[in-house]
Amino acid sequence: MGPNTLSIPGLEQVYDALATAIDAAGAEKSELFLVKLALLNAHALADPAVFQAHIDAALKDL
Amino acid sequence: MHQPHAEPRRSIYYPYQVFDAWLPSQHPQPQHHAVVIAGAGPIGLVAALELARHGVKCVLLESERQVSEGSRAIVFTRRSMEILQQVGVADHVTQNGLPWRFGNSYYRGQRVFRMEAPHDPDDRFSPMINLQQQYLEEYLIDAVRANPLIELRWGNRVNAVTQDGQGATLEVDTPEGPYTLRTDWLVAADGARSGIRSMLDLKLEGASYEGRFVIADIRIDLPLPTERLAFFDPDWNPGNTILMHREPHGIWRVDYQLPPGEDAEAALKPESLKARIDAQLAMIGHAGVPWVMDWCSVYSARALTLPDYVHGRVLFAGDAAHLLPIFGVRGANTGFQDAQALAWRLAFVVKGLAAAPLLAGYSSERVGAAREIIDEAGKSTRFMTPPTRGFRLLRDAVLSLSLSEPFVGPLYHWRTSRPHEYRHSPANSAGDDNALFQAGPGHGAPPQNVRLGADDHLLDHLDHHFSLLYFTEGAAVPDALTEVVTELRAKGLPLRVIAVGSAQPVTGADETLADADGHLRERYGVLASGAAYLLRPDQHVCARWMGLDATRLRAALINAAGLNKEV
Repeated sequence: MGPNTLSIPGLEQVYDALATAIDAAGAEKSELFLVKLALLNAHALADPAVFQAHIDAALKDL
Repeated sequence: MHQPHAEPRRSIYYPYQVFDAWLPSQHPQPQHHAVVIAGAGPIGLVAALELARHGVKCVLLESERQVSEGSRAIVFTRRSMEILQQVGVADHVTQNGLPWRFGNSYYRGQRVFRMEAPHDPDDRFSPMINLQQQYLEEYLIDAVRANPLIELRWGNRVNAVTQDGQGATLEVDTPEGPYTLRTDWLVAADGARSGIRSMLDLKLEGASYEGRFVIADIRIDLPLPTERLAFFDPDWNPGNTILMHREPHGIWRVDYQLPPGEDAEAALKPESLKARIDAQLAMIGHAGVPWVMDWCSVYSARALTLPDYVHGRVLFAGDAAHLLPIFGVRGANTGFQDAQALAWRLAFVVKGLAAAPLLAGYSSERVGAAREIIDEAGKSTRFMTPPTRGFRLLRDAVLSLSLSEPFVGPLYHWRTSRPHEYRHSPANSAGDDNALFQAGPGHGAPPQNVRLGADDHLLDHLDHHFSLLYFTEGAAVPDALTEVVTELRAKGLPLRVIAVGSAQPVTGADETLADADGHLRERYGVLASGAAYLLRPDQHVCARWMGLDATRLRAALINAAGLNKEV
């Protein structure tokens, strides 16, 4: 997915941080939390087409 | 037999006047007219006044015997004011309305977005002005009653319409029974529940939204400026939206969204209204301030349009033609532009200057405008009243983010009504120099106003004619151009020539604007003498040239005005 990929330690760090944050947000608020996170990431990405590609990838195999 | 209310409507601030019904027995002459307008709301009234400016008579039928019930349309945009200026009532609105330009969105007690409507120093009118619809109708009715070309018939309701190739036949009901009225053209400006639209069995296209709002006008003394206030997801009305606007005469409009499933009857019960308005006042820090209800109603957001506004001899305008969500002040403000775009074309057709196909341009321009507005309004509406779980999640995520992340703020923007640019209008000239200009209003755009001096603006100098702005430092308009102007005027085309850029009156021009500091030329991207703009009677640009010649002027005028071949 592009040249800027996470290192394995980096990916592991994100994995733990996201799991911990979902637990911290709680069952009722985790969905809201994840949408906020997605919007912040999209803002940093600054590329609607790349974001759309991420949406398409994430929608696969649900 | 049609029996409109004979008692004045109740209001704590507006003194309703009941007018005498027009009765056919008192007017025994045969009833055949060139133009009949159904509906004396703001759009029908403006259409009648615009037609009269072109010297075209009309009969204006109004089912009721008094002006609108409740304040209804309360926010008028700059472009509406420019249109109202043309029909002579803008000064009244300016004197009595409340101008404003800021909108504020609140979430959890924090202002999360502040909208600032741009105000160009060259503009005469503020971006918005608030005034209750009854007053606007009153000013327009005063102008109509003073105009000998308009016959306003109160208490006359259209019951039936049939049409043939030459016109429409109406059955009009009155307090003493029906009469028959024949007209060459019928303008249907009979509002959101247009009876004529139903009689012709025409279907609106678009979307209706679930969210329903109570609209309430209360008299209350609140120490707040005239700015739009929007409150999202407050504790007293979770998940829903509340809007507030200041109106003249100490009145505030409070709109609040109803919880899903609540019906209108329950929502309008006095105890329900009181509890909710009190809760809203408490939330904004004014608990217990006394207030009195003037008028209330229930509203649901719809974004619908007829796909064509011309149906044989019947022409639709305003809410009869389209239903637009109120959040962007798009109802009356869109309708005025309809009336303005329709009237000059209808006048040209009635006077035999142009053939009926000119009216197709009205439909294509205004249906295009409505579709653009529906697209924009849909975005606001999906934010204000999210239609699905996904849209609600995103909206709630934006509310939450907005407390700390300003980048989401613009999503609160309610995309205010703005004038449509008729970029692809058939009225635009194909052979001009539009693409060469680096500044100024382009093809189909409304004009940019320009301040010429104290209480003196460019649009003050425009009227119902085509306006040729001819930029020159010379002493005279070239003879070849004057010959075209003279030839087309002789055929009935209303055309004025305004020279710009000379200190002395320019020969061949009806008026000369000195533009001593070159500001008008700068705003219009004019680089040298010989440039020109051609504005239609509704002021939209239909051609502009870096160097005007007679052949191209003639072609542009014939095209835009749809002049008959034999002309």
